[in-house]
Amino acid sequence: MSKKLLLGNEAVARGVYEAGAAVVSSYPGTPSTEITEAVSKYDEVYSEWAPNEKVAVETSLGASIGGARAFSAMKHVGLNVAADPLFTASYTGINGGFVIAVADDPGMFSSQNEQDSRHYAEASKVMMLEPSDSRECKDFVKKAFDLSEKFDTPVLLRLTMRVSHSRGVVELEDRKEVSLKEYKKDPSKYVMMPAYAIPKHKVVETRQAAIKEFMETSDLNRVEMNSDEIGVITAGNCYNYAKEALGDKASYLKLGCVYPLPDKLILDFASKCKKIYVVEELDPFIENHCKQLGLKVYGKDKFTMLGEYSQALVAKAVLGEEKEYKTVDVDIPGRPPVLCPGCPHRGVFYALKNLKVTVCGDIGCYTLGALPPLGAMDTTICMGASISSLHGRIKANPEYAKNSVAVIGDSTFCHSGITGLVDITYNNSPATVIVLDNSTTGMTGHQENPTTGKNIKGEPATAIDIVALAKAIGFKRIQVVDPYNLKETQDAIKTELQADEPSLIIARRPCALLKFVKHDPPYKIEQDKCKGCTSCMKIGCPAISFSDKKAHIDATQCAGCGVCTELCHFDAIKGGKTE
Amino acid sequence: MNTFSIMIVGVGGQGTLLASRLIGNAVLSEGYDVKVSEVHGMSQRGGSVITYVRYGDNVYSPIINNGEADLIISFEQLEAARYLKYLKTDGTLIVNTQKINPMSVVIGSAAYPDGVMEKLESSVNTIPVDALKLAEEAGSPKAVNVVLIGVSAKKMNIDKEVWHKIIAETVPPKFKDMNLKAFDLGYNI
Repeated sequence: MSKKLLLGNEAVARGVYEAGAAVVSSYPGTPSTEITEAVSKYDEVYSEWAPNEKVAVETSLGASIGGARAFSAMKHVGLNVAADPLFTASYTGINGGFVIAVADDPGMFSSQNEQDSRHYAEASKVMMLEPSDSRECKDFVKKAFDLSEKFDTPVLLRLTMRVSHSRGVVELEDRKEVSLKEYKKDPSKYVMMPAYAIPKHKVVETRQAAIKEFMETSDLNRVEMNSDEIGVITAGNCYNYAKEALGDKASYLKLGCVYPLPDKLILDFASKCKKIYVVEELDPFIENHCKQLGLKVYGKDKFTMLGEYSQALVAKAVLGEEKEYKTVDVDIPGRPPVLCPGCPHRGVFYALKNLKVTVCGDIGCYTLGALPPLGAMDTTICMGASISSLHGRIKANPEYAKNSVAVIGDSTFCHSGITGLVDITYNNSPATVIVLDNSTTGMTGHQENPTTGKNIKGEPATAIDIVALAKAIGFKRIQVVDPYNLKETQDAIKTELQADEPSLIIARRPCALLKFVKHDPPYKIEQDKCKGCTSCMKIGCPAISFSDKKAHIDATQCAGCGVCTELCHFDAIKGGKTE
Repeated sequence: MNTFSIMIVGVGGQGTLLASRLIGNAVLSEGYDVKVSEVHGMSQRGGSVITYVRYGDNVYSPIINNGEADLIISFEQLEAARYLKYLKTDGTLIVNTQKINPMSVVIGSAAYPDGVMEKLESSVNTIPVDALKLAEEAGSPKAVNVVLIGVSAKKMNIDKEVWHKIIAETVPPKFKDMNLKAFDLGYNI
């Protein structure tokens, strides 16, 4: 058996492969994306990017009912989108094993909220396993498939960013081929109308009681007895933080299954320790359960609901210990992420800033357009909300139609922007919607999507024609512009804002980081011509800097887009395609 | 052995992820338990990035907190100052002397501080390296990461041959010789 250093996400993918899964459907979302990317490298498993998480889970559930082992992965907010099929999949149960991985993001490294997905397990009455490192990621996925089939239920696999994006040592094993299970027509199992769902609810409750009993003795949950002074009840990566901070000074109940929780095991462990700490990131999910059992435990009163945990946090809260460290007396400016040099979104946000319009934003790289010096975004809520919230804004005050736009990326548009467009034409608001079509799913690291003309394996696929789609929805005013052309872009926005009917602008230019994009040579600023007016710096390009009263272009960073040349009043920027 | 903790800090796009992957694979090939923690997604876009590598007999936490790093490899001066507090008081700081302006400095709302290197050197055991110059000497400014691994290698008790093998296995064949040269330039300073 070979040992490899795998990301938690890659280890999940390896588990999916080894478990004999046949169908995987997901939508990208940090920190979950690499799971399905890694699955796509295994030719034995069919994999795809679905347009959104609801479609992905329905696809996988369909494959499961059809008899295959099936899997979907998503980020925490993706499970909100997929919640509808999840809750009823709990009732139908499965045929082939069905596992859904959901990756939470404590600390919000790349997310818009810090929700705790464990509540979904309880709310939908679906078992949830939580691995603590890459090795367990692989092992737990395989166990999850077995448990799914044993108890006729979907199984949730909860990850957190730190488990998903940490590499650990994993022993690779062979794939176990699983033959397709026979599909038997059974409306009482798969048709969830009241007559069948009412008896099914009883089945679900009976199943959950059986799973709870099973978890009392399952090796997914593990007790490590050391000291009787401190007992730690924990799960996931928090187990590692506690072990690192407390070592043999504490005993541990490490829960591999976070729903349903094993009451007898918890009570028995608690009876052997003088003080019990529950170490869990985000919400007091395990802590509240312990309190319901009548236990006195320390939890959020000692730790925090906010952000990511660490060994330092545990050591301080439990032992009152802190490490020494040094600092230097330097005023250190922050370094937030920025739009890349050559990013096609930059031109659109520059135009929007100039026009002083309200921008209903969306989820993607372009959310960075909210930061200085562009600062051209007013709202960002969830996938697709740009379009529908603009519609609502206009219904609140029709005057807003003249000075408000929605911006949404091509992948986000396919995910959940299309239904917003339907609302705009059906319920008639003269909205201006801008699709930032950069031919990829950018922020999550360049996944194909239904507009790119390629599938997850890079093979040719049907490309959605956004123009034809908008026409079919009822848009009569549609313009396609090149966002590298600032004047064209700004004029199009100005014109469409004044129109009294719905308009769609497609700002089309591939992401500058895509491998197939050919760049012009870098530009340079002729120092004798530069008057130091800083006009070129208003676009916030990281390749342009200012020193000795002149602007400079860093040739190693410049992507040759030439947008800055359109801003220079003194014809001082040369090079690029002009050479 | 006790867990050895390395922190790699820099600016998104400088190749810190490849550096952590090379170190991870090198210590794995020596039979250690290892955990490497990375940041993907939004933070990668030109922002401040951190990667942790921890190895030893049995590694629990994949992250490093204040006062815990045996070694910090900083790809940029300001980032070294930002994350200095993670270093053990007797740890080693390797700093690429390159400066990269954050957006606030680019647009003139903040200043890049003066005298960062002097302050670092008077505070902790610091090894300054002009990694950009050495990388260009090796054949590409993109090899800054491999130069810095060369400098760090001596702190990790792993033979030069192991590093050469891991680099050759990890980088694309056409960049192999350039990267091996970059490693050696860093190793021999």
